[in-house]
Amino acid sequence: MQLLVFLLRRLGWMLITVWVVFTLSFFLMRAIPGGPLNGERVLSESVRAQLEQRYNLDDPLFVQYTTHLWNTICFDFGPSYKLQDFTVNEVLAQGFPVSAALGILGMTFAILLGMTAGVVSAVRRTSIYDFSFMLLATLGIAIPSFVLASMAIVLFVFYFQIFPAAGWGELKQIVLPAMCLGAPFAGYIARLTRTGMLEILSNDFIRTAYAKGLSTQTVILRHALRGSILPVVSYLGPACAGILTGSLVLEKIFAIPGMGSHFIEAALQRDFTLGMGALLTYTVLLYVMNTLVDLSYCIIDPRVVLE
Amino acid sequence: MNQTPATTTDAQPDKLSKRTELQRLAEVMSEARTQQGVSLWSDGWKRLKHNRVSMISLWTLVVIVVLAIVTPALPLQSPIFQNVKQRELLPPEFKTFKLGIAEYDETLASKRQELKQMSTPDDRAALEAEIEGLEARHPINVYWNDPNFISQAMIEFRIFVFGDYCIPSICGTDKLGRDVLSRVCWGSRVSLACGLVATLVSLLIGVSYGAIAGYFGGRIDNIMMRIIDVAYSIPFIFIVIFIMSFLSAPAVSDTLRAYKINQITVFFLMIGAIYWLTMARVVRGQVLSLKNEQFIDAAKTIGTSQWGIIFKHLVPNVMGIVIVYLTLTIPAVIRFEAFLSFLGMGVQAPDISWGMLVNEGIQVITPIRIYWWMIIFSGFALALTLFSLNFLGDGVRDALDPKLKNR
Repeated sequence: MQLLVFLLRRLGWMLITVWVVFTLSFFLMRAIPGGPLNGERVLSESVRAQLEQRYNLDDPLFVQYTTHLWNTICFDFGPSYKLQDFTVNEVLAQGFPVSAALGILGMTFAILLGMTAGVVSAVRRTSIYDFSFMLLATLGIAIPSFVLASMAIVLFVFYFQIFPAAGWGELKQIVLPAMCLGAPFAGYIARLTRTGMLEILSNDFIRTAYAKGLSTQTVILRHALRGSILPVVSYLGPACAGILTGSLVLEKIFAIPGMGSHFIEAALQRDFTLGMGALLTYTVLLYVMNTLVDLSYCIIDPRVVLE
Repeated sequence: MNQTPATTTDAQPDKLSKRTELQRLAEVMSEARTQQGVSLWSDGWKRLKHNRVSMISLWTLVVIVVLAIVTPALPLQSPIFQNVKQRELLPPEFKTFKLGIAEYDETLASKRQELKQMSTPDDRAALEAEIEGLEARHPINVYWNDPNFISQAMIEFRIFVFGDYCIPSICGTDKLGRDVLSRVCWGSRVSLACGLVATLVSLLIGVSYGAIAGYFGGRIDNIMMRIIDVAYSIPFIFIVIFIMSFLSAPAVSDTLRAYKINQITVFFLMIGAIYWLTMARVVRGQVLSLKNEQFIDAAKTIGTSQWGIIFKHLVPNVMGIVIVYLTLTIPAVIRFEAFLSFLGMGVQAPDISWGMLVNEGIQVITPIRIYWWMIIFSGFALALTLFSLNFLGDGVRDALDPKLKNR
């Protein structure tokens, strides 16, 4: 019951957020002269009037707004302004799975590497492992993913020729972008895990666990890790947002046909319908991710109450 | 002080004790004067000084900032002059390069000399036109992109001191024959300025918003925080990209130009305008706990206005945490600017920024040849700056954190 109320309230706020984003982008879109009908070839006045009538562009602004809003509620984002023969829905449906695969892989990589590094540095505190892992983590956080990706391309694609430069479809092609995407988040997660782990390891129950003769491995993996995972989980929300934005550049660099590269292309080409569709999708995605993170937070830590 | 006649009988010992008391107090006061109080800032600075990594970062940043400021006065090659045929994609080299201003000035001077000796009005007019053309195409106007008056003065100083000498292309040249070193230096100005301006904007909005919400509390606070909640879940980065695409539309950029608004300025302000949310939350939390303190009551009693209390008494007291948060905002903002410029959405040519340079580097990567110098130097400059800022931020946070004081 409590869960249901929580989810319903979140849904309400999500609708408000999506509506704000929609309104903002709609009026921005309309405030700018030059739409699909103002291309390089000038249309004659009458043809243009006809087209405007066909696409309801001659209605008063408020009527246009409500029509557009209704279409959006029905998940119909309209035709793309620039890509021939494509509706925005089709473009998004093609791009989304690609971006999702990249994002999930990047995230998995970040969590695996980050948590391992964090646990090792916490357990072997002040050792050379600790120092080098933390230095690497700070490096990963500081270097923007596109700089990392470009250096990785120079090194691993052209110098050592391990990975292909670009494209999508094979596992080999996903590895490099996913790693570059996950690297900054791996850095953050490593630092968070290390701090959390150090705090947990100084607790009494850890001493008790050692005292009853458990092996170090069991103590760390069974007892300590569970507690130190909390800050990591609460970081996953912002990390999801970061992964989404990060995938924009990585998709561009590695020529991956995902939602991010479509969005960038739409923005560069001023393809407003596609841009808006992608924007709304991102908003919903981000909201759902954050809600999921909050939910999982309360599952891991029973002390947290949903609000 | 209440020496009534009734107590004159035992006035003597009382006076004595009073004098000793006064003496004692005077001693305490003089001792107190010799001792200096330790403010939060001096204490924080003292602890920061002991943090070697932070100090190295701080000095690195100082060097980078100074270099960025004096860039126009350094003997660098032109950052924008294109020389495709002779200098395209040269690897790093140590051959000296001449700016060619002296030569140009010589021709100009000789033409002027000629003009003085001319007698026929027709020839005079032709030569005058030629000289005017030469002046318009003078290297100073071609080599630098519309410098403001300070940069102009520095460039003139540079020409006066170094003349035609340029640092050789030790970082190579790009695909239009422009010197990479010079571009990285000029790019640092835009990137760092962005960090500064956008952070200031976010500081201004965030601190005022948070302080107002926290101080007034109640319904106002509730509404203002709800707005922040909604804003938090809006993916602003995508909206900025969306807005940048509008700004680059010809109609809009013409309007902007008509109002004399630089697109870069709009860009900086916009970045600042989306990075204030966390700052507002942090400040609000602090103000909530501060506003019931006695010094606020005291300010109210002497009739300070509400705005006076907020901006004179509350805001200075939250500066510690604001500074800690600022050190996190600056690298975030610089990174965001680089990110957008990398996507071709931010700073537009002929302006230069680091993100743009990395993008140019990526574009010339081919399987046949690696133009590594086009990526390495700009990427390294960006990474070094962000790295130092992050380390310095960590150090400042630790230094100002009272919990870590005696460790």
